[in-house]
Amino acid sequence: MIAEVGHYALILALGVAIVQTVLPLIGTRLRDPQLTAVAVPAAQAEFILIGFAFLALMTAYVTSDFSVANVWQNSHSAKPMLYKISGVWGNHEGSMLLWVLILALFGAAVSTFGKNLPRQLQANVLAVQGSIAVAFLLFIIITSNPFMRIDPAPFDGEGLNPVLQDPALAFHPPFLYVGYVGFSMAFSFAVAALIDGRIDAAWARWVRPWTLAAWMCLTLGIAMGSWWAYYELGWGGFWFWDPVENASFMPWLAGTALLHSALVMEKRDALKVWTILLAIITFSLSLMGTFLVRSGVLTSVHAFAVDPERGVFILAIMGVFIGGALVLFAWRAPLLTQGGLFAPISREGSLVLNNLLLTVACAAVLVGTLYPLALEALTGDKISVGAPFFNLTFVPLIVPLLIAMPFGPLLAWKRGDLLAAAQRLTAAAVVSLAVIIVVLALHQNGPWLAPLGIGIGVWLIVGAVTEIAYRVKMFDASGEEVWRRLRNLPRAAYGGALAHAGVGVMVIGLVATSAWREERIVALAPGGSVDIAGYQLTFKGVVPRIGPNYRERVGTFVISRGGSQFTVLHPSKREFTVERSTTTESGIHNGWRGDLYVVLGDQLKDGAFSVRVYFNPLVRLIWIGALIMFFGGAVSLSDRRLRVGAPKRARTKAAMATGGK
Amino acid sequence: MTRKQRRGVLISTCLVVLGLAVGLVLYAMRDSIVFFYSPSDIAEMQLAPTQRIRLGGLVETGSVERATGTTIRFVITDGGKTLPVTFTGVLPDLFREGQGVIAEGTVQADGVFHADNVLAKHDENYMPPEVAAKLKTKGMWRGDSEAGGASPQATN
Repeated sequence: MIAEVGHYALILALGVAIVQTVLPLIGTRLRDPQLTAVAVPAAQAEFILIGFAFLALMTAYVTSDFSVANVWQNSHSAKPMLYKISGVWGNHEGSMLLWVLILALFGAAVSTFGKNLPRQLQANVLAVQGSIAVAFLLFIIITSNPFMRIDPAPFDGEGLNPVLQDPALAFHPPFLYVGYVGFSMAFSFAVAALIDGRIDAAWARWVRPWTLAAWMCLTLGIAMGSWWAYYELGWGGFWFWDPVENASFMPWLAGTALLHSALVMEKRDALKVWTILLAIITFSLSLMGTFLVRSGVLTSVHAFAVDPERGVFILAIMGVFIGGALVLFAWRAPLLTQGGLFAPISREGSLVLNNLLLTVACAAVLVGTLYPLALEALTGDKISVGAPFFNLTFVPLIVPLLIAMPFGPLLAWKRGDLLAAAQRLTAAAVVSLAVIIVVLALHQNGPWLAPLGIGIGVWLIVGAVTEIAYRVKMFDASGEEVWRRLRNLPRAAYGGALAHAGVGVMVIGLVATSAWREERIVALAPGGSVDIAGYQLTFKGVVPRIGPNYRERVGTFVISRGGSQFTVLHPSKREFTVERSTTTESGIHNGWRGDLYVVLGDQLKDGAFSVRVYFNPLVRLIWIGALIMFFGGAVSLSDRRLRVGAPKRARTKAAMATGGK
Repeated sequence: MTRKQRRGVLISTCLVVLGLAVGLVLYAMRDSIVFFYSPSDIAEMQLAPTQRIRLGGLVETGSVERATGTTIRFVITDGGKTLPVTFTGVLPDLFREGQGVIAEGTVQADGVFHADNVLAKHDENYMPPEVAAKLKTKGMWRGDSEAGGASPQATN
């Protein structure tokens, strides 16, 4: 019963979304305030209906109602409750439902908290949001109905893919989707501005918090996925340049560029047309990410042909929205007036460089991701574009950006002084050089580029500290004055510096673990031992154990250093009976120098086990860096100037801030 | 600086960065792309021992043998030709005889494929699509619709 009600709610939501799209657009054309005002309650009703459908599906999962085909295919009564719930979005149909739920949530947020928005803009934004909802609701109802029944109902379910039964992965898709779908706000605002043919600094102030929130969630979502791949897939890697990963990374790169260009638009009323275009590109990449992952086209052009209905449908959605927005852009963008002149060496100039390098790097990733698909479709040749390609293209493009990063915040708006900025960064340069020399001395036979990479990471961190120190006149003013300035510095300044420092922390982790990772593959009989990175691992044997929905063989490894034992690791191999598959649970010891990572392999003929041991130096800094970036975004979002719903007040403050420099 | 000069600086910077990117992409395309072949393809061509490729097919039933230490030997077949493979390391969880597999590495002068990476997806019904396509052309396809089954990444 509940499934049918959920299905019905979904169809009602489609009707409401159509109303939300059509009536406000007519209303704003005819200047009819009553029709325009329909947008607000429609967006809220749409959210309630989709939320109800989502809860209905979740109820079917929690109560293990196997007469619903989707539950039967992806759940099992013996599965732990957390994974019954996360199973809702651990499959195609449910995850698309989550996608529209988040879309509706953003729409409801604009209609509820957007009371200060100009009516016309709000109605147009909600209409665009509504049209996206119409497309995806149609997609779900026609090709991917999660409420399909089967008769007779099977006795038990087929289970969820065991590698997905993991806490980090349970929350990875929701965060990723909040990121993807969050960029639809920037897109809707951009299209609404184009429909209006009018755009001003207040527009950027409205778009920035939404983009920032989406960017934060995407950052966290990608980091969670990478963290999961690191400990669950059992080969100790954190990023594989897999097309699925690239699909989420490209919107991140474009979204990062958008955050920065919206800053120029808000503060200086410049780069308007570019910001609008970037908003369209960012959401287009999100749509493309959804298409690539959901259509099956990634594994092969042929997999796309296996289920063409879904793929063609999403491709059509992509075509309509990307094509439509770009046509609208070409038609209406000339109406937008350009403003805010600036010299090449200035804060604006540095942000243009940021945008240029980020978008070009994003384009390189796009080429590497789509080239194999294009080649297979055209010639039938099958190739794989992996890490070597991206290391050769993405890395050289992003390194200049990292080196230039600390300069940007130290340059003044309109006309900056590069020499003065360089002088302020002397201390950061000296510290980085010292670190490079120390690292070179420690690793004389290591890869010679790696110390430079560590130096760049340190340069970013010290550069971020320098920016704050300079802004509060750390060395020029009295202690009292510095304290006053520290308190009065806008939170956005702290947030930006924190996020930049987070990038530095991540760079150090990436470089260290890529350059100095150690690996041993050995056959170990109980009692045998292996040495790695100053640790000694002694294998004590394997015991069987029974889990809630699996059986496992657990190995015991005693880790000692300098002759004294200090910890025990238990890597295991799990056999999931229902799903008839195995997973590897690695044993990880987290020391201050890095991670010791042990994987238990197969049993060999003579009773020994093949064992893989890694030492990944400083690898945790990668995720710690991502967390710092997330918190930087959060601090920035808490700034009063960015607070949603206070644009009027913000205008005067922002004007004062710019005038004061 | 006049408006024109500013525009000039902007456009030339864009061109420099774009040119650099195109150059890098073209260079990387030449050197770091890995082609996918079946044992039959390899039998028909001369591959240099330095050229990295991906080899796909089924693990021949009864061919897996563990040599000394952690080195494993097995044979990959596509129904027509076969190719012996050696690999040192820990095989993925779903590596089984009779199942589809992709090995990445080089063909040595003695005709043995040295794999440094072996991929098998986390689903017992899953067949690497390249393998499925090759098997179809060789008439070894058993035709189950689950060939495109869920890989772990499909949840993103």
